[in-house]
Amino acid sequence: MLNYLLFIATIGGIYGLLALSLNLIWGGAGMVNLGLAGFFAVGAYASALLTTAGHLPIVAGWLLALLSGGAAGLVVVLSTTRLREDYLAIVTLGFAEVVRLAASNEIWLTRGTDGISGIPGPWRAALGRDYFNAAYLPMLLVVLLAVYWLMRRIDCSPYGRALRAIREDAQVAQVAGKPVLRFKAQAFALSAAIAGLAGALYGHFTSYIAPDLFLPLITVYIFLAVASGGVGRPTGALVGAYLLIALLESARFFVELIPAVTAVQRAALKELLIAVALILVLRLMPSGLLPERIPRAPRA
Amino acid sequence: MTILLQALLNGLVSGALLAVPAIGFTAMFAVLRFPNFSVSGIATLGAFAGYVAYAAGLQIVGSLAVAFAIAGAVGLFLDRTAHMPLVKQGALPAAIASIASGLVLENVVRLLFGNELRGYDRPIARDLRIGDIRFSPQQLETMAIALAIMLAVFAALAFTRIGKSMRASADNPELAALKGIRPQRVAMMASFVGMGLVGMGGMLLGLDSSIDPLTGTRILLSIFAAAVLGGLGSAPGAVLGAFLIGIAEEAAVLAVGSAYRAAVGFFAILIVLSLRPRGLLGERAF
Repeated sequence: MLNYLLFIATIGGIYGLLALSLNLIWGGAGMVNLGLAGFFAVGAYASALLTTAGHLPIVAGWLLALLSGGAAGLVVVLSTTRLREDYLAIVTLGFAEVVRLAASNEIWLTRGTDGISGIPGPWRAALGRDYFNAAYLPMLLVVLLAVYWLMRRIDCSPYGRALRAIREDAQVAQVAGKPVLRFKAQAFALSAAIAGLAGALYGHFTSYIAPDLFLPLITVYIFLAVASGGVGRPTGALVGAYLLIALLESARFFVELIPAVTAVQRAALKELLIAVALILVLRLMPSGLLPERIPRAPRA
Repeated sequence: MTILLQALLNGLVSGALLAVPAIGFTAMFAVLRFPNFSVSGIATLGAFAGYVAYAAGLQIVGSLAVAFAIAGAVGLFLDRTAHMPLVKQGALPAAIASIASGLVLENVVRLLFGNELRGYDRPIARDLRIGDIRFSPQQLETMAIALAIMLAVFAALAFTRIGKSMRASADNPELAALKGIRPQRVAMMASFVGMGLVGMGGMLLGLDSSIDPLTGTRILLSIFAAAVLGGLGSAPGAVLGAFLIGIAEEAAVLAVGSAYRAAVGFFAILIVLSLRPRGLLGERAF
């Protein structure tokens, strides 16, 4: 039981990182990333490959995950910066699909749909499975809190205010002399880098990754987390991530209780529930549990 | 040479099938101003509605009508209840909600039919041959149906009152409202017809191969690519884009194998957005 709680608390932390990543661009700059699962996968694969096939230390894998996530984000955002947000939505969705295709088909690199197993975890052998889970959670929480602190700093900084100005009206921000394109590209790349890091943390925790673990469903999960917690507020993103975990786990429990359904139908019911929850939250509670607070402008 | 001609022919066939949902998607975008991602679920729904109707004894055309009506009605319902109320806040919340409703439809179908592949039980016919190029009479039939649907849509847009008012609303909503065109009615019409076309597209593509709950998700990127390539919001553009994507996908199968067929749409979108962001025919050539 304790092990189970540790496990879902860790997964919740990883969803928390993804939620912070999405919140930075959705809440902060009014951009959207429907390919979050793709950046998550890029980071997971980069780190897994570097530490298994490349035999480098785990920290190097995490750094590479940050860099590769950020680089992928930059490529995606730069192709659409001149266009409206709807195009970014379409391109990011396609990006996640292509990442999954490449992970399934470039067997020489990614071992295809078999996935990569035996990804090292820090001191996993020395600690044994139970103690490893107990030791990984605080480590993850340190990373999570560091990213959370960074997001709070961004929110209160002139940069964060400029992003919000871009979100409200990009033209006004442009006229006020803010480099709109550069700021948007930076925010998106940083957000993608965080998603990449989350992927690496996930892979080294579960020790196994495969293309099927990075379905677009993950992206829907994170949108639900951010929307229910409160778009535009890092605390809301964290609260939302753990709410999501609570919902997912209780859904799993209740779906088990329904008699005479097959495993496929159970899975379908669970996905159905998450999708309906997202529609209801967007429709009935658009500012979430913890609505955004606009920090006061500093005195000049 | 024959291989190339064969690929070109296959590309034209799949392009014609793809054009039907692409017109639907782009017409909805022109009027409703948000990218409706629930086309994935609606295409699946149309494919299964047509499948049930066909299994119940209807002919292809009758089954297509069933697919159109059910997909259109469900699409209209979702637009009214889940998507359009959010458009006030901007295109993005509506787009996000439409992903969720696509997922809802996909899982309703999964709940009812399970995950296994199903095929329309069509009579087997011998391939026709011209030289070394082969095509099946059924491919020809679905392509002819797709072309007929396209003709009907363009005739409706050009000559009927509702078609003209849709074009007017897409071009300039305020001016159209001033002229007495009721925006609400046009929006509902766009949802119904657009989603109906997407549902028929799902069935047409299913006729050619097999269907399962992910049928719509698999063609989602190709539909988007066709619409973006031609210019989002442009119906003739969607047709042109669909044929180009269909041919490019067949060419990609020849060049790098079928594994990356699904990536063609994404790269086409990237290239078009970098070189000619408004699409080949521009955004307003409805």
